[in-house]
Amino acid sequence: MIKIKQIHKSYVTGQNSLHVLKGIDLEIGAGEMISIMGASGSGKSTLLNILGILDDYDSGEYLLNGLFINKLSERKSAHLRNQMIGFVFQSFNLVSFKNAMENVALPLYYQNVPRKKRNLIAMEYLERMGLQEWAHHLPNELSGGQKQRVAIARALIGKPKVILADEPTGALDSKTSLEVMDILQEINSTGITVIIVTHEHDIAMRTKKTIRITDGNITEIVVN
Amino acid sequence: MFEIDKWQEIYSTVRKNKLRTFLTGFSVAWGIFMLIILLGSGAGLENGVKEQFKGGATNGVWISSGITSIQYKGLKIGRPIKFTNEDYKSIKTTVSGPDRISARLFLGNNLISYKNEYGSFFLSPCHPDYGFIKEVSMIQGRFLNNIDITEFRKVAVIGEKVKTALFKGTDTVAMGKYIKINGVLFKVVGIFRDFSRNDDEQKRVYIPISTAQRVFQGENVINQISFTTGDASSAEADLMIQKSRALLSKLHTFDVDDNRAVNIWNKNEEVRKFQALFAGIRMFIWIIGIGTIVAGVVGVSNIMMIVVKERTKEIGIRKSLGATPWSIVALIMQEAIIITSFAGYIGLVLGVGLLELISKKVPASEFFRNPEADFSIAVMATVLLVFAGAIAGFFPAMRAAKVKPVEALRDE
Ligand SMILES: Nc1ncnc2c1ncn2[C@@H]1O[C@H](COP(=O)(O)OP(=O)(O)OP(=O)(O)O)[C@@H](O)[C@H]1O
Ligand SMILES: [Mg+2]
Repeated sequence: MIKIKQIHKSYVTGQNSLHVLKGIDLEIGAGEMISIMGASGSGKSTLLNILGILDDYDSGEYLLNGLFINKLSERKSAHLRNQMIGFVFQSFNLVSFKNAMENVALPLYYQNVPRKKRNLIAMEYLERMGLQEWAHHLPNELSGGQKQRVAIARALIGKPKVILADEPTGALDSKTSLEVMDILQEINSTGITVIIVTHEHDIAMRTKKTIRITDGNITEIVVN
Repeated sequence: MFEIDKWQEIYSTVRKNKLRTFLTGFSVAWGIFMLIILLGSGAGLENGVKEQFKGGATNGVWISSGITSIQYKGLKIGRPIKFTNEDYKSIKTTVSGPDRISARLFLGNNLISYKNEYGSFFLSPCHPDYGFIKEVSMIQGRFLNNIDITEFRKVAVIGEKVKTALFKGTDTVAMGKYIKINGVLFKVVGIFRDFSRNDDEQKRVYIPISTAQRVFQGENVINQISFTTGDASSAEADLMIQKSRALLSKLHTFDVDDNRAVNIWNKNEEVRKFQALFAGIRMFIWIIGIGTIVAGVVGVSNIMMIVVKERTKEIGIRKSLGATPWSIVALIMQEAIIITSFAGYIGLVLGVGLLELISKKVPASEFFRNPEADFSIAVMATVLLVFAGAIAGFFPAMRAAKVKPVEALRDE
């Protein structure tokens, strides 16, 4: 599903250049569920953003579902994100003025699904998350766990092949974290590839494989 | 279907960001509103003064006899000048240019009656051309004609108000009836309306000057000579006046520069003065109006920039969900266009509404009447503001759309 070879990425700010990813090689098969761990600043988010085509890389090769991803036009990458990838962020990233249902339905708006139909589908996904009663609430009326479940529903609604989650439980208490992990595991069981960046050992243990990044290099791959 | 959906998306965004919408809209609505009020008040002022010039051709010249104020050829100051029919004939035959010319006699208010009804009305003996010079409009019948003059006919053309004052009850038909002017019977041959707003102008009775001289005066004196200058330019008109003045000064032996010996009122000159004044006022209004519009444009631009900044995170989210750059630009631009058009329309309606209200509730005065805004200018200003809003939104929107999604998402 995902194949990367010798990915390098530097951030250039003014005269300084920070070499963050120093030749990452990684292969993730369809239906896998893996976690990425590492110290703060080691480059986990950078890697995930490249995988999600939210950012580009300097050198190397990235194949997503057999498609070579390099310097794509914004139009093409937008299309790929819409079709292939679902994002779950630590800070939820819900649109503040849209209610839960409208937030969930948003990816379908960019697939040109008519409003009524996409709201209906959004309701189904919210129901799967146990949130049908909260459909018409704005994000600031929801708890952290509820917000993250809305975000997961939104990530799923476009029927992606891969879910990329950057510290999805980072802002949640341990009980809620476990619930979110239950959901992500369930999603994985339907065949969707799930990649989770996390700091928490418990969370990593619930994935099938843990990749450890140290200072821009993969230093360890552990099968849990 | 997709298109309707796009509008719905914009509508829901607008509805849920009321303050933002209000701020964007307000500067546009205010700009248009102020522009309309400005244009309207300017027009009201102009209409008010223009009304003062109604009733009488704008190319009319009135020359009245007066009293000398400059010593000339040993003749002393304070000598009254008396015009006669000869003066009228001289001007008519020797001064080239005037297209309508008439002499007038001032007989003041006279007792005029019909059967038991009577009143005091201004009697104005004149030539047929005076109808054109004064621009009276006939409601019924005709104005005076040349045969009336040559045959000394006892005919009268009466004002609308004279008719209603004398012909009442069961006897409302005035045409062909005989009215008594100072005891002499005159046949009513026409009823007129004067365009002047001055009520007194409707209370006049015109009779042939020849008849008046014979019946009421017994001599050939006249008090005023008036003419219209046709299509002449103002310089040509001034020349006609100059020639008439020179002619009269020779005939009556007074200094050509004696402005009291003859009083000359050149309506065209007065109109020109006001036209110059209003050109000034109009320019002033335009400067303020353009200033208002510029302020509106700057306001809209500022708000659009803030809006885009404020929405950077949302743009990042939308992009991560599959929004293309173009869809982002379209979202922001369409929103800007909808808000500014709608606000412009509201400003338009409020402005025009207020002008209508003023028109209706505030009685027309000498200086203000019927304020009206040039609608096409208001619409153009609205279009300009909408366009400015779109442009103002376009550049920040383009920048936002080009930003990599990671960067937009990082924005806190
Ligand atoms: N846009 C940027 N410009 C410059 N430097 C950046 C940028 N984004 C990240 N960095 C730097 O790159 C390094 C890796 O950042 P990254 O966000 O990938 O770390 P991380 O492993 O996700 O850390 P954390 O666990 O704290 O989230 C850090 O040193 C960070 O300061
Ligand atoms: Mg990170």
